[in-house]
Amino acid sequence: MRRIARYLWICLLVSPLSAIAQDDLTKMLDENETKSVDYTTATFKGTRIINGHSVETVKKNHLDFLIHHRFDRLNSGAYNLFGLDYSTIRLGFEYGLTDNLMVGIGRSSIQKTYDFLVKGKLLRQSSGARNMPFTVTAFASAVVETIDKELTFQDKISYTTQLLIARKFNERLSLQLMPTLLYRNRVSTAAQDRMLMALGVGGRMKVTKRLSLNAEYYWAFRDQNLQNQLGEKYGNSLAIGFDIETGGHVFQLHFTNSAGMVEKQFIGDTAGSWGNGDIRYGFNISRTFSFDKRAKGINKVSDK
Amino acid sequence: MKKEIALILLLSTSLSICIKAQNLYATNNGETSFFSETPVENISAINKLGQAIINITNNDIVVQMNIKQFDFPNKLMQEHFNENYMESSKYPKAVFKGKINEKIDFTKSGIYDVSATGDFTIHGVSKPRTFKGKLNITPDKLNLTTDFEVSLTDHNIEVPKVVFMKIAQVIKVKNNYTLTPYVAKK
Repeated sequence: MRRIARYLWICLLVSPLSAIAQDDLTKMLDENETKSVDYTTATFKGTRIINGHSVETVKKNHLDFLIHHRFDRLNSGAYNLFGLDYSTIRLGFEYGLTDNLMVGIGRSSIQKTYDFLVKGKLLRQSSGARNMPFTVTAFASAVVETIDKELTFQDKISYTTQLLIARKFNERLSLQLMPTLLYRNRVSTAAQDRMLMALGVGGRMKVTKRLSLNAEYYWAFRDQNLQNQLGEKYGNSLAIGFDIETGGHVFQLHFTNSAGMVEKQFIGDTAGSWGNGDIRYGFNISRTFSFDKRAKGINKVSDK
Repeated sequence: MKKEIALILLLSTSLSICIKAQNLYATNNGETSFFSETPVENISAINKLGQAIINITNNDIVVQMNIKQFDFPNKLMQEHFNENYMESSKYPKAVFKGKINEKIDFTKSGIYDVSATGDFTIHGVSKPRTFKGKLNITPDKLNLTTDFEVSLTDHNIEVPKVVFMKIAQVIKVKNNYTLTPYVAKK
């Protein structure tokens, strides 16, 4: 009988399980939590840092409409209202096939250029169930400059491939490296190689929740005294500006020495340097539309 | 010999009593959705990984979820929601810790009107709240549904005036949680 009493006693000792404190309940929930991979979001606000691409892609079934403008050089003087009299434009439509893969088409007024691009995330920075320090995105584009009707179609085409490697260090700071390869089927002067390698660095620093300071620089691996067909020295593309986010739109206001808004042009064809005041004011506007069917209010808890 | 059998019988029944004594019901995939309605834009999102636990011996209830697991049809909104409004890296969870006010016989199937009072924490700000809902008891299952509203200003959630995305000041929240006897995950 004493043994039975002992078992009862043990049972009583164990039964305080029923008097669980609320903090224990929280702990139980925490332990039972479905661990998911916590992907880093918003490394950059838009798909462009300034001229060049960021690691971000347009999300699935979303359409991004882009209007990019670059004005003329500030040092063109007051007569040209410091460049504001002349502008070049790129219009673009970019669409997310999946959350990690996008395609796009654009038309720039410079050289009457059509560009076709595809960009996909290979790795995504994450924590939680899986740790990944970087986001790596691959970018490829084909550019057709149609201004010279005499050229064969082949000669109008250039190709770009890029690897975009970025890390969001914290809520405010993100940095990116962009090894780039350009291939032009035709170059404007004999001294140039068709192949051009470049290395870009870029980043953003958030000033407030909706405003960030961005900068971007592409160093092109070529003779730094190389001149274009007009006798101007080629320059490395540098851009500094602000991102302003307002909800569905991202506004980017900046200064850059590049007139072109596709890789072939701002990396390959930039002439003029910041030092000489060959700086242009420019802006990008991006407006994103969602074509996700769930947007029509199906996204609700069922009333069962 | 008789003694031994009696002992084993008693041991097994008492052990099973011990195990049943935990009296906990829980879920890891409750659904919480919210809806912001303005003349300009309707915004909705759903979280299907809500967690809840009820201790039926003392009516304790805890509900929690990760803010980042809210899924929006518009991913840009989702990004803004996490980055700008909820600051979910800083305040990852929404939590309700409280007690069910009514005395309920959890062993009896049926639908009961219930309310729970406790601390409701969102965006790092706790407010005492009482939520009303319906509890549907079936054998080995508790289904809890509740609708309530959250005022953004109550939880210091700032929405700037010059924002193109229109957000209602009061957000409607719907919850549907089906709890089953608690089993610890290994």
